[in-house]
Amino acid sequence: MSGPAGRAPAPLLTAEEVTRVYTLGRDNQVHALRGVSFAVDRGEHVAIVGSSGSGKSTLLNLLGALDRPTSGHVRYDGRDVRDMDDAELAQLRNGSIGFVFQSFQLLPRITALDNVILPLVYRPGSPRERRERARTALEQVGLDDRVTHRPGELSGGQQQRVAIARALVTEPALLLADEPTGNLDTRTGEEIMVLLEELHRERATALVVITHDEEVAARAKRRIELRDGLIVTETAA
Amino acid sequence: MSLRESLRVAMQALRANRLRSALTTLGVLIGVMSVVLLVAIGQGARSEITGAIEGLGSNLLFVLPGDGEFGAGPQRSSFEVDDVERIDRALPGGEGRAAGYVIGAEAVQAEGNRFNATVFGITEHYLGVVDRTIARGQSLSPSDVATGRRVAVLGASSAETLFPGQDPIGRTVSLGAIRYRVVGVLERVGTTAFGPDVDRQVLIPVGAAQRLFGSTRVDAIFVRAESTVGIEADREAARAALAERLDEEEFSVVSQDEIIGVVGDILQILTWVLAAIAGISLLVGGVGVSNIMLVSVSERTREIGLRKALGARTRDITRQFLFEAVALTGLGGAVGLALGIVLAEVVAAFAPVPAEITWWSIALALGVSVLVGLVFGVLPARRAGQLDPVTALRHE
Ligand SMILES: Nc1ncnc2c1ncn2[C@@H]1O[C@H](COP(=O)(O)OP(=O)(O)OP(=O)(O)O)[C@@H](O)[C@H]1O
Ligand SMILES: [Mg+2]
Repeated sequence: MSGPAGRAPAPLLTAEEVTRVYTLGRDNQVHALRGVSFAVDRGEHVAIVGSSGSGKSTLLNLLGALDRPTSGHVRYDGRDVRDMDDAELAQLRNGSIGFVFQSFQLLPRITALDNVILPLVYRPGSPRERRERARTALEQVGLDDRVTHRPGELSGGQQQRVAIARALVTEPALLLADEPTGNLDTRTGEEIMVLLEELHRERATALVVITHDEEVAARAKRRIELRDGLIVTETAA
Repeated sequence: MSLRESLRVAMQALRANRLRSALTTLGVLIGVMSVVLLVAIGQGARSEITGAIEGLGSNLLFVLPGDGEFGAGPQRSSFEVDDVERIDRALPGGEGRAAGYVIGAEAVQAEGNRFNATVFGITEHYLGVVDRTIARGQSLSPSDVATGRRVAVLGASSAETLFPGQDPIGRTVSLGAIRYRVVGVLERVGTTAFGPDVDRQVLIPVGAAQRLFGSTRVDAIFVRAESTVGIEADREAARAALAERLDEEEFSVVSQDEIIGVVGDILQILTWVLAAIAGISLLVGGVGVSNIMLVSVSERTREIGLRKALGARTRDITRQFLFEAVALTGLGGAVGLALGIVLAEVVAAFAPVPAEITWWSIALALGVSVLVGLVFGVLPARRAGQLDPVTALRHE
């Protein structure tokens, strides 16, 4: 809400009364989200927490324009995702959003460098340029010596770093991370969080992290807790 | 995503699964190879056979039994030696342009050597009309033919088989129980893959052959026109002369070109049939590509979900998989084409069947293999493109 004195900058992303119902059969509907509203400002750091099955991943998919809400609106820069066609959605994901998944989601048969190049393939540019950018991104996550390794030849932490390099190589306005430390031990998880936060600060990239881990959540400026598809608490640190 | 990029990604995916790609390609490869090879053999046979007919000499008219309707069975000849003379007299210009023959197979032997020869009983002008020349000795004389004297002219191979290393002139050969004196040996013509080996002929006067075969007929009559221009006049003259004695249905006069045309058409159809049969294997190869592409799509569901999350449009994904299918079949087509050409050369070198690569079989093979990739790639590619990114990313 903007105060009466002067305009607050428009949020990067808003969710308005968002619901998501999965229909499995005739009488079998899962109400994963039941009306969720909040906004993410540019450069903000938000943690979304909640028990398993509370709808965190469902929400993240909607925020990432990978899915459309059953009702309600998700807007980017004021534009409703619902009104976008396939090409516009693709462009939004490619241009504004970086994903980091719990299971890394690297392509196993290609090198770390080629994995980082992947999102650049869907935008104009020469192969040389792409390689340069991907190399720089890998340097930033501290993997300049693992460029030609395949995912199977890397540790879990290193794989997640490659995934982060892939998310940041497009310089997105928003990083969406679904349990980024979920598959890592506490120490490595902490390193990954430090890295994500660094990137978030240096580039003023908004960072939305889904987590089970209260310690991870505590690092965020804002904490949104979901229960049974609804926001139960929203606290600013 | 640029076309080049789509192609690069497709090639990357194919390289990642080398063995499977190679095996998938094999179906199309074999299909294209057999199309190219069989068409080459069909075309080779066609030009060989038409060449053999042309080898009889140009400007030749054939007077054949029957009404000349193609597809009717072989007809019994009603021609007699008199008919040959009747035609010869009717032809404009000088005489000696018509010749008839009666043909049969008979064991021929001389001094312990024997083989099964094609025996031609010929009229006086036969050798001149079919453009054969005597290498040694002399031809059958008019009186030899008139009296049906027991004399023979041997083809080059016949002479070598019966009288190896000797001069056959003046010696004797036996056809059945009857003995003939050899008066001449023909110039060698050389072998062709199709048609009779004319160097293994034994030529005797028509009267002698009729006695040998127990026939009073002449099997066919040849007319040599003096020029291409004169051919129609000759045809008309021959037709009119024969019509004096025979019904129109009992004979036909056809030119060499017409025979080549009919035979060529038949062999062209044969070529197409061969191509179609080979095309079926190409089709089977295409189904294989479709099948493997579907497997590939389901295996790479997570990759597809990821690519969509990273900014791939539906059409980017569809194109990527379509390119993969086309790359598979195109590659199979190119290698199959190369192998088909090599095999055709091998066949041409070692078999009596010649092989002839035609530009249209090359274009067809490559075009069809790319088309097969497009057609059989569409279904898997569309399925890939339409995957929902969230579901795809969760796929195990
Ligand atoms: N594709 C789907 N089809 C049907 N139901 C689904 C689907 N995805 C999620 N659900 C259901 O929606 C609810 C919320 O799921 P979601 O994955 O968002 O939970 P989550 O908070 O991410 O849980 P976790 O912490 O275990 O990852 C769950 O009850 C789940 O079973
Ligand atoms: Mg989840």
